[in-house]
Amino acid sequence: MICIVRPSFRTYHELSEPDSSGVVDQIGAQRRRVADRLSYVRRVVAVMSGKGGVGKSFVTAHLARAVARVGRPVGLLDADLDGPTAARLLDARERRLTLDGDAVLPVAAAEGVKLVSMDQLLADGRALAFTGPDRDSHVWRGTLEAAALREFLADVAWGALDVLLVDLPPGLQRFQQLAELLPAPASVITVTIPTPESRDAVRRALGAAIGHGARPLGIVENMVGGAFHGDAADALAEEFGVPVLARVPFHPPDAVWTDLAARV
Amino acid sequence: MKFLCVECDRQMMFDERQLPGDGTFAAAFKCPACGRVVAMLANPMETQLVASLGVKIGGDTIGEQPFEMIRATVATAKDDALREPIREAPSRTGVRWSAEALERLSRVPAFVRGMVKRIYAEYAEERGIAEITPAVMDRARTELGLEGM
Repeated sequence: MICIVRPSFRTYHELSEPDSSGVVDQIGAQRRRVADRLSYVRRVVAVMSGKGGVGKSFVTAHLARAVARVGRPVGLLDADLDGPTAARLLDARERRLTLDGDAVLPVAAAEGVKLVSMDQLLADGRALAFTGPDRDSHVWRGTLEAAALREFLADVAWGALDVLLVDLPPGLQRFQQLAELLPAPASVITVTIPTPESRDAVRRALGAAIGHGARPLGIVENMVGGAFHGDAADALAEEFGVPVLARVPFHPPDAVWTDLAARV
Repeated sequence: MKFLCVECDRQMMFDERQLPGDGTFAAAFKCPACGRVVAMLANPMETQLVASLGVKIGGDTIGEQPFEMIRATVATAKDDALREPIREAPSRTGVRWSAEALERLSRVPAFVRGMVKRIYAEYAEERGIAEITPAVMDRARTELGLEGM
């Protein structure tokens, strides 16, 4: 049982002066900065999966190229901070981000896709590590990663985009961080492979994402026609009432990506 | 977070930040009635937790810098990851840098050097300081709360 004891002095809400640190105001300013920066972006589309190794980054990169090829301005934010691969997939590992006033300019990657990735910031072969005491890193690492994601959204001069694709790592945590930051609910493309294991993992993640306000656009089934067997995409599409946007075989022809781009 | 001087029944106001350089953080709050000062002392974990939120105890004194948190906290970044500004903002008062200050600035990792240089220059310009010396840098670091800069 909790015993409430009235203190003998005034409490927080009874003090009329504002909090001199203005932490709430600072957080509010961060949110406005994200909203301002994304006000020229027509649509933010997160590419996610509950399963690792299903080809999210591969699908995201090729989708971005296909969108760019038809003349639609597109950006790609590589939100896989611990395993960034988008820069390599878009031939942009050697290109440097540029500071310009209060913003960072994204690099122009393959086909003119605007790209920002942690891969462009990290020293070769080094994993993402933060300053601070290692012993306690479990306490603050997730918050630092969320802050890095916020700066990728708030500080990058994306400019006017038809679509900003966000390549998420496996699991749900980064999506939750993204959803917290965005001024409007994110649209989501969910990538799976045909197997039942992938179906189960994706089902959990997609259900949770919808619970956090995600608007599912549909399912992309990757690695079709090879060694993997199952009906993951159809099962998920039926369960969540969304279309199968694409079935991507090994060595897919360009037409697969062009068709997918037309649906995003 | 607010501090109350119980004896005076007055809310204490933020007074100054101190950064001992050991990863910890101190902020002083002063009673406007009796002048009593109390210090809030944060251990390295608490200091990092606050930094990770991108907020500053005592208020944001330097304004949002692009990739500020990333540049201040990513330990494995490459030095030349960010190209310097295409257009360098013109100095309003032509603030000079002493040789000692430039030497000290050269020891700041290149990843954050441009941002740090600009913050010190603006600090000096706003206070009419003609030359940036290590002492000015120390003062700015404390007043602005530039942990790790």
